[in-house]
Amino acid sequence: MDSSTEARRADALEGFRDGLPVLFGTVPYALVMGVAAASAGLTPSEAAGLSAFVFAGLSQLAAVDLIDQGASLAVVVATALIINARFTMYSASIAPHLERLGRGWRYLCPFFLIGPVYAVALAAYEADRPAHYGWYMLGLGVPSWVAWVVGTVVGMVLGAGIPDEWQLGFAVPLVFVAIVTQFIDDFGTVAAALVAGGASIGVVGLPFGLGLVVASVVGIVAGVVVEWGGNGIGSGEESGNGGGDGGEP
Amino acid sequence: MSASAALVWTAVLAIAVGTWAFRASFVFLFGYLDEVPPRVDRVLRFIPAAVITAIIAPRLLLVDGSLAVGPGNERLLAGAVAVVVAWYTENIFATIAVGMVVLWLFVFLL
Repeated sequence: MDSSTEARRADALEGFRDGLPVLFGTVPYALVMGVAAASAGLTPSEAAGLSAFVFAGLSQLAAVDLIDQGASLAVVVATALIINARFTMYSASIAPHLERLGRGWRYLCPFFLIGPVYAVALAAYEADRPAHYGWYMLGLGVPSWVAWVVGTVVGMVLGAGIPDEWQLGFAVPLVFVAIVTQFIDDFGTVAAALVAGGASIGVVGLPFGLGLVVASVVGIVAGVVVEWGGNGIGSGEESGNGGGDGGEP
Repeated sequence: MSASAALVWTAVLAIAVGTWAFRASFVFLFGYLDEVPPRVDRVLRFIPAAVITAIIAPRLLLVDGSLAVGPGNERLLAGAVAVVVAWYTENIFATIAVGMVVLWLFVFLL
């Protein structure tokens, strides 16, 4: 074994070690993903394919939820991509670090950018720790990806054996509850959440899963208005009945 | 409802390509555009809070399609406890575990 193989292995191993805490969050989330996919009637290969190719939990859960409601293809894809548009922010901050890599690496590495992987990789790159940024990313990202795909299928199988009265599907909104708190950190995001939550109750009758899109857009507009307005009054009217208590579960 | 395989796989591929494009976007744009324009950035950061809450709210607040705010709605109560746990621990596993246990307490014991 030559020294460069040795160095690659060391970088991948460092990425793997840094990524171990990420797995603790990924595994339960993946199990829930499997439960959600099963209750929406997806086959194991469809669920595994979704997790393997998309590798973005929030958008996957939303897509599966919409498929279960009989939403159209356009609404499913549009909703998932709206949710994943935030990855452009990850991309912007990590792209300068990937410039030193070859073309293949630059196309491959971004695939692994789920939130926690992004955070760990950015910290390592900014400290200029790994010798090869690509091998480090593989060591960090591949185990999470494997855990995500395998966990989805395992969740599907386990979920099928548990009686309905245990309401295992309730774990899906619980995952969303756990994640949404990370994105709410000022008046603008509070307004976006409350108004979108209230609006989602008001538009619950809309067909094809359109209610989610409408409620989300109303919430985003409310967030922007509150931020621009500064004092944050007036945006709550958008949501009508439901209003404040709608978004705060 | 069980969706057609064609719809599911088309959705999977379209979402996969689009998601990868978002993640790789600034790798392509580097040199032309070095950061997300501030105006776009301001809109982007509201998306997760709005979309996720719009998914959660009906699942906690509606029982058989109508608004149910009160002690009879065990999902709302379990969800409220989960919000507190999520806020203080920022831990997915703890949030799921406590939320499910509270729900089971209501369903099986009360």
